Amino acid sequence: MTWSAAARRAQQPDNTAFTQQRLPAWHPLLSAGIALPLFFCAGLAFLGLGLGLYYSSNAIRELEHDYTGDAAGSCTVCAAEGQGRAPPPRCLCAWHFTLAERFPGPVYLYYELTDFYQNNRRYSVSRDNAQLSGLPDSLRHPTNECAPYQFARGLPVAPCGAIANSLFNDTFTLWHQRQPGAPYVEVPLDRAAIAWWTDYHVKFRNPPLVNGSLALAFQGTAPPPNWPRPVYELSPDPNNTGFVNQDFVVWMRTAALPTFRKLYARIRQGNYSAGLPSGAYRVDIAYNYPVRTFGGHKLLVFSNVSWMGGKNPFLGIAYLVVGSLCIVVGFVMLAVYIRYQDQDDDNDNDEE
Amino acid sequence: MFRRSLNRFCAGEEKRVGTRTVFVGNHPISETETYIAQRFCDNRIVSSKYTLWNFLPKNLFEQFRRIANFYFLIIFLVQVTVDTPTSPVTSGLPLFFVITVTAIKQGYEDWLRHRADNEVNKSTVYIIENAKRVRKESEKIKVGDVVEVQADETFPCDLILLSSCTTDGTCYVTTASLDGESNCKTHYAVRDTIALCTAESIDRLRAAIECEQPQPDLYKSLGPENLLLKGATLKNTKKIYGVAVYTGMETKMALNYQGKSQKRSAVEKSINAFLIVYLFILLTKAAVCTTLKYIWQSTPHNDEPWYNRKTQKERETFKVLKMFTDFLSFMVLFNFIIPVSMYVTVEMQKFLGSFFISWDKDFYDEEINEGALVNTSDLNEELGQVDYVFTDKTGTLTENSMEFIECSIDGHKYKDETQEVDGLSQTDGPLTYFDKADKDREELFLRALCLCHTVETKTNDAVDGATESAELTYVSSSPDEIALVKGAKKYGFTFLGNQNGLMRVENQRKEVEEYELLHTLNFDAVRRRMSVIVKTQGGDILLFCKGADSAVFPRVQNHEIELTKAHVERNAMDGYRTLCVAFKEIAPDDYERINRQLIEAKMALQDREEKMEKVFDDIETNMNLIGATAVEDKLQDQAAETIEALHTAGLKVWVLTGDKMETAKSTCYACRLFQTSTELLELTTKTIEESERKEDRLHELLIEYRKKLLHEFPKSARSLKKAWTEHQEYGLIIDGSTLSLILNSSQDSSSNNYKTIFLQICMKCTAVLCCRMAPLQKAQIVRMVKNLKGSPITLSIGDGANDVSMILESHVGIGIKGKEGRQAARNSDYSVPKFKHLKKLLLAHGHLYYVRIAHLVQYFFYKNLCFILPQFLYQFFCGFSQQPLYDAAYLTMYNICFTSLPILAYSLLEQHIHIDTLTSDPRLYMKISGNAMLQLGPFLYWTFLAAFEGTVFFFGTYFLFHTASLEENGKVYGNWTFGTIVFTVLVFTVTLKLALDTRFWTWINHFVIWGSLAFYIFFSFFWGGIIWPFLKQQRMYFVFAQMLSSVSTWLAIILLIFVSLFPEILLIVLKNVRRRSARRNLNCRRASDSLSTRPSVRPLLLRTFSDESNVL
Repeated sequence: MTWSAAARRAQQPDNTAFTQQRLPAWHPLLSAGIALPLFFCAGLAFLGLGLGLYYSSNAIRELEHDYTGDAAGSCTVCAAEGQGRAPPPRCLCAWHFTLAERFPGPVYLYYELTDFYQNNRRYSVSRDNAQLSGLPDSLRHPTNECAPYQFARGLPVAPCGAIANSLFNDTFTLWHQRQPGAPYVEVPLDRAAIAWWTDYHVKFRNPPLVNGSLALAFQGTAPPPNWPRPVYELSPDPNNTGFVNQDFVVWMRTAALPTFRKLYARIRQGNYSAGLPSGAYRVDIAYNYPVRTFGGHKLLVFSNVSWMGGKNPFLGIAYLVVGSLCIVVGFVMLAVYIRYQDQDDDNDNDEE
Repeated sequence: MFRRSLNRFCAGEEKRVGTRTVFVGNHPISETETYIAQRFCDNRIVSSKYTLWNFLPKNLFEQFRRIANFYFLIIFLVQVTVDTPTSPVTSGLPLFFVITVTAIKQGYEDWLRHRADNEVNKSTVYIIENAKRVRKESEKIKVGDVVEVQADETFPCDLILLSSCTTDGTCYVTTASLDGESNCKTHYAVRDTIALCTAESIDRLRAAIECEQPQPDLYKSLGPENLLLKGATLKNTKKIYGVAVYTGMETKMALNYQGKSQKRSAVEKSINAFLIVYLFILLTKAAVCTTLKYIWQSTPHNDEPWYNRKTQKERETFKVLKMFTDFLSFMVLFNFIIPVSMYVTVEMQKFLGSFFISWDKDFYDEEINEGALVNTSDLNEELGQVDYVFTDKTGTLTENSMEFIECSIDGHKYKDETQEVDGLSQTDGPLTYFDKADKDREELFLRALCLCHTVETKTNDAVDGATESAELTYVSSSPDEIALVKGAKKYGFTFLGNQNGLMRVENQRKEVEEYELLHTLNFDAVRRRMSVIVKTQGGDILLFCKGADSAVFPRVQNHEIELTKAHVERNAMDGYRTLCVAFKEIAPDDYERINRQLIEAKMALQDREEKMEKVFDDIETNMNLIGATAVEDKLQDQAAETIEALHTAGLKVWVLTGDKMETAKSTCYACRLFQTSTELLELTTKTIEESERKEDRLHELLIEYRKKLLHEFPKSARSLKKAWTEHQEYGLIIDGSTLSLILNSSQDSSSNNYKTIFLQICMKCTAVLCCRMAPLQKAQIVRMVKNLKGSPITLSIGDGANDVSMILESHVGIGIKGKEGRQAARNSDYSVPKFKHLKKLLLAHGHLYYVRIAHLVQYFFYKNLCFILPQFLYQFFCGFSQQPLYDAAYLTMYNICFTSLPILAYSLLEQHIHIDTLTSDPRLYMKISGNAMLQLGPFLYWTFLAAFEGTVFFFGTYFLFHTASLEENGKVYGNWTFGTIVFTVLVFTVTLKLALDTRFWTWINHFVIWGSLAFYIFFSFFWGGIIWPFLKQQRMYFVFAQMLSSVSTWLAIILLIFVSLFPEILLIVLKNVRRRSARRNLNCRRASDSLSTRPSVRPLLLRTFSDESNVL
């Protein structure tokens, strides 16, 4: 190994700051003098933020209802009926609740599933993005990852894969009874714009229409085995059907954890834009989705959001804890620092 | 490899033939005899490893022989074949990168070797073909070719000397590059061909040479005086003719060539240990996950819920096979815990970092116009770990530039200007010394100095029309001789040079005297003297002899040697090198006889050496002592300061020298290896009297010394370093013969015992001086210390060929580019111009390199544990399905792009303590001794830190996700956002952690640290901003941008980074508070130290040595 010999044979080394390792440099020293104010400042800032977060989180209202049907409730029948079968029969049940006071808006309606492993590797890869982006070729030839939901009865499945096949298919309608005895009025649920804008507008595309018809475009494909109807009939709205159905797009974004919530609808129209007024409510549930086979639960959640998103006490508490820890440590450090300082002073005196 | 197989091939051929027949000039001897062309190697030297064609397969093969590379290859293959969570690209790309970088580096090195080979192979030689001188490339020489070599050329292959331009068929050769002996050796032409000294006559020669097949034993075959070895250089002879017998790879030099064995640094061993730990962690993780997966799956609805049916194939696979592939999948998922890129980074750090040594202008020496040289970059950090320093004396501690100090003529002491006689100082005026001795004797003495040497002159013709008074430069293999000739010049006798066998000397009266040089009786290590026989203009024949006192005193007849002897001893005590000068007049008749004997001996075919020795012995008797000389080998600049600094740094310095004890001892005092307070323990032939009870006496001494030392240091060896400063210091002196007595004494159990006792004594001594050492003994000592308990790191420093063995033996070998040639420098790992440079090399460079690479290694393992731990934890929340937490791009880029440059810059530029502080306070060196930064403690600290941070990253994000939404528009995030948040926190935390550790922020550090973070953000936007046509899954599309649109995410990221770094910040602050007070203490101690530093004046020390030193 003689590279350095070859590189500079018998000549004086360059006298530059770099070669002599004397580049001008900043020598930060995190001394107690800097660190202590830092601790206190950070502590105070964190405490402030923590308080803010904590109170905004507390201000958020959440109302949730487990309608799986293993406890008493109107959905028990449906749950018993749908036991172990997929696809289950259509079954209707309802959830009655009363709001004593206004539920401030905007109100978001989520469904929550527990013990549902959307993040299982085999599950989460079981999709064909090319197909979902509307490539006609992929529509006919779904990727192998979709197996065993790749072909059905010899026809390519569209949309293929386990994720699509297990699309959440319970539907909800919300009814409001302003005064006791008055008839229930349907609360309009805004099902638009519940998916990511980029997903809905860019990532998911329908295949090109054939003779102006989406149904023809999907001709020669089979719907996923669990689906009662083909993908182009997901919604009557032509802008919300096929692969660009909002519910479908939301579902296709796989959740991070086995217990997850997905946005179902926003309530922001008419009288309900400012929230749900007090009164009795009824949610009509079309109970389709079997969860008891894998020990899961289905919940319905009404929630409003603030600047920090949904209700989440964790962030506020964490900030409060860290903030107070900072201040406590700051005080401890101060004590240590002062002790050492005294010692140093003693030493100084000794030297003199 | 190739070379070895070639040798084997040649060797196979030999066995069949036994001897080889070489036809001179490739002419068959007679028409009748059938000419069987034997196949010989051509004269190509191949030291390169690869050719253009075999580079790729061979290099790949060699690279995958490295365990780590092989491991990554296996992982890659598993990814290709088995259904794994991450694509093969994630591990294939880094591996490809590593392999490419290494291949380029090795290719470049091999190209350099090719170039060096070509330089040798394409050099021009002259071959006699058909009575003509033909110019050829060296590699074209065939066995049997007659080669003409001129003075100062190296022999292109092994030659049989046919004739030389001298009439007696001799030539002079130095074999410095073969065995390091720089003196001239005489070789003799084959008797029958001496006369053939023209091209025509040589060409007419018809002969065959029967010789043995090539064998590597250098010394066995150096015997035949007519064999000239490739690599040796022709000296003092105009030209010779020789016939090539061994060529190319069959020459002695090639057979003896062996690549330096790979030295591995302690850090590298630590890395391997860490690797094993991490491999264990990896396997454990994979095993745990696999087990838990199958436990979890034992519930049917977990194994195959309705929404996630298995394929037919999956159902049919055997469970054991499935478990195995699952295990492999988990391994692949977690394999990033052992980073591929660490090897690249470590290699790059070493390679680039070594430039700082060669660039350092403090190592630049004006005199030789050269700086330091790095021959291997693998050992940079070892410089910071040295426990023992073995140093040569002559040329290393001392300048090896001799200066004539004084002489003693007939018992009268001569010195410049003022002289002391027997301790009484008389301030006589200058030139008064002429009265001291007889004028004749004095002139005789000076003439002897002018004549008895092998110095050559070189005239500097720089000045136009230079007359005889032009500047003369003396050239000799021995600096002593030059010093003597110069010394004579000072007293008025100038040696003007050799002309036509006449030595010309200008005497004090500016007259030129001419002497005919009849014979030179060369110096050798056994006789330890040399002589010349000259004829004066008056026809008198004189013999002048100079040599070591022990070699000359018994051979002189006059009985008044007492005074001279006293002077010699006194001079030796002062650390001067002494030589005695004697002369004798030879009667013409006697000369006839001597001449005959000498020529006879020279011409002898057998036992020439012994015969010559015997003749020399006969001649050099009954001489008259004229006087003695004292030559000072000056201590090198700042040698004492350097030794002192090394001592303070907790290093043990051993001086290993071939010199005699007195001289060596005084040098040791002069360079403060021994302090006046040092108590000396001596194990020399003097203390162990030459008696039958030698071994008993040795035994006694050993036991006694040990008792003494054990009494002094009752504590364990650990506290020893600190104890040095307070306790009585001990020094040990041992000489070669005693050492061999200890090491090789009778084979019973006691010999082993001696060795252990001896080592115990050595370990307790601050300084050890070993004198009268043979080169091999030096290596023996180094090996002995190397194998001590705790395997201390050894460093050898030397300048001469006799130091090569110890330089190669020790962990780090340092060569001094000295006057004794470049042997040592060439064989060393690092070479510096002067001994004093060792201080900065160890204390500053070594310390920094060690800290840098240790931090680099720890940081690498740390950041990858941080990286992989959340992925591991995620398995508990995704049904152990090997779901990766991070996107493939992040998995791949994490080590290559996002976190690689900051640590590389850190490991090149960091100066946690300023260089000047490091050199001025050697005690800092102790802090990192014993591989302190890579011990279990620091390793656990880093590992726990990584585990803590990884847990914080994961669970922080986990709890953050326990909400309906993180955005104010109520939309929901998926698993890739989860991973991206963790990853963002991770990249920022590990980079900021490095920023916290960086104490030396140059613009480069700023650039790479902030640049890396900016690049991460930029890349994430870019990666998520486009639907990538070649990707199957558009997982990351807009994930990063969407993530940043949430206030909660921002707050969480900031909080998590802060929490992760919090313990680190706390620790740094605490450390700084402690360091502040420590520094105050240090300052006050240093202040008191500086008062007590001894002045560095040499005479004072010497006086104290001779009078007060308490020798046992």
